[in-house]
Amino acid sequence: MQRYLFSRVIQSLALILGVLVLVFFLVRLTGDPARLMAPRDASPERVEQIREQYGFDRPIMVQLTEYLSHAARGDFGTSYHYRAPASELIVTRLPATLELALAALAFAVVVAVPLGILGGSNPGTVMDTLARGVGLIGQTVPNFWLALMLIVIFAVDLGWFPSFGRDGPRSLVLPAVALGFFPLGQFVRLTRSAVLEVRSADYVRTAYSKGLSTRIIYLRHIFRNVSITLVSIIGVQFGYMLGGSIYIESIFAWPGIGRMINEAVQNRDFILVQGIAVFSAGFVVVIQLLTDVAYALIDPRIRYEE
Amino acid sequence: MSSRINALDPSQTRSWLGRTLHYLLRDKAGAFGLVLFLFVVLSAVFAPYVAPHSPLQQDLHSSRMPPAWHEGGDWEHPLGTDNLGRDMLSRIIYGSRVSLTVGFFGVLISMSLGLVLGAIAGYLGGRVDAVIMAIANLFLAIPYLLLVVVVAAILGRSLINVILIFGLTNAPLFVRITRGEVFRIRKSGYVESAVSIGAGRARILGHHILPNLIGPMVTVATFEMSGMIFYEAGLGFLGLSVPPGVPSWGNMLAHGRQYITFSPWLAAFPGLAIVVTSLGMNLLGDWLRDVLDPKLRRTAS
Repeated sequence: MQRYLFSRVIQSLALILGVLVLVFFLVRLTGDPARLMAPRDASPERVEQIREQYGFDRPIMVQLTEYLSHAARGDFGTSYHYRAPASELIVTRLPATLELALAALAFAVVVAVPLGILGGSNPGTVMDTLARGVGLIGQTVPNFWLALMLIVIFAVDLGWFPSFGRDGPRSLVLPAVALGFFPLGQFVRLTRSAVLEVRSADYVRTAYSKGLSTRIIYLRHIFRNVSITLVSIIGVQFGYMLGGSIYIESIFAWPGIGRMINEAVQNRDFILVQGIAVFSAGFVVVIQLLTDVAYALIDPRIRYEE
Repeated sequence: MSSRINALDPSQTRSWLGRTLHYLLRDKAGAFGLVLFLFVVLSAVFAPYVAPHSPLQQDLHSSRMPPAWHEGGDWEHPLGTDNLGRDMLSRIIYGSRVSLTVGFFGVLISMSLGLVLGAIAGYLGGRVDAVIMAIANLFLAIPYLLLVVVVAAILGRSLINVILIFGLTNAPLFVRITRGEVFRIRKSGYVESAVSIGAGRARILGHHILPNLIGPMVTVATFEMSGMIFYEAGLGFLGLSVPPGVPSWGNMLAHGRQYITFSPWLAAFPGLAIVVTSLGMNLLGDWLRDVLDPKLRRTAS
């Protein structure tokens, strides 16, 4: 276990370093980062000024070394638009995004797990058709469109929930449903197929033949296997939700990181964009590491595979 | 030799096309998916013949008309008009051209790159494999939507850029799948026996490995194409896809969002077009997975 943990931590650190380098070169993809960061109508003198200010005129290796050594100290440069350190801005916006992501995740799990278990336990019934239908719809409805339609129905027509802003639990409902809908579909599908698979496993049949009650079998065997499946993809889902929050937070004027990315892109504030990209990737890598460790703790097969 | 095997297996008696159709008709959901997909493809190809109006023709006298079945609607514009009086149905039909172009060429690029790099990594192994996979995993580490938005913002709005973005950012996924398959097939008995009778690398790749890759590739390509259509609309919604004058589903959604309170149909219909296309492709993908790769057969049946 210790060896597994150690190698996973090293792997994660290498990945974060790689992401730092990748993002550094992405911003220089057009060949002229000063032009990229300048306002569209900036004069050549202004572009030149930006080039000097950010040191884009120096050799690329010098820039890369400086960028990496700053990043190691948690310094991702100063936002052009907000005139504040990128890392500070990200930390201020993080709680709103986490709140939204956790609410979306909770919504997805609370609806998906019972539905998936009911569907998987009764194949061919109405419940199963419902579970499969939800699984499919979750995959085919874009969250940005769903968000708009939820606003039309529940905010404009019915007036049940506010259509924008972050103001108490009621304002969290529509954005969380819109963001959680895609994970919901995936969780239903995974839960359903995990249940289908476990139901016919030898040890479950043995448990039944020993005369154990259905309740105990579900708690000890089926539920446990479903949770293993779900834990293994939560890291991936966090990555999706950070990306999806770009749309959802912009639509609902939710003051989180997603909305800040969209604003930074519109303002051509690429220092901030770069900071958010690195931070989000790092965040996902860490979540992935934690879920892998949790996975290894729940499922002994992983630990011994090395 | 092969004809004797065919005679023994009843499922092999029909032609390839006959068998495929036979399987497709047995799976109603798959057939429905194919119908939806063909419907979208045909309306994109024959857009000038099926669209009732030009997608760019403005008519300020009939701006923001509701759909025909609503009060104030007119069958002249079945799905209503936008704020410049342009026909919604025609714009949606023409918009499918952008979506399908991005999806098709995006998948073509990422699949070609993935096949070549994945086959090299899986076949050569060792250091080459380590480098290729490290780069692929790096791209997969950044949240996908974020990566696409950042690169689109850096490169600027154009159809070519959007195709390149999806083509390149999706390649790592195809690299991973190809490499895994190549690894698996390379270790199988029949490849080892081919090597032992002196078959060269090219022959093994062409005769033994590539044919085995077709099934998984086609299946993944269907899902990825559907994903690209989805995300292209998402980029358009943020104003980062094709230029604003081009009728595309994403641009229409971004536009409709501004009038969401009083004219919700402006955003509703382009979104429905995405849902229909994506539904068709997902059903088709599920079916292809069942037919082309029995090992991956979903646990439904």
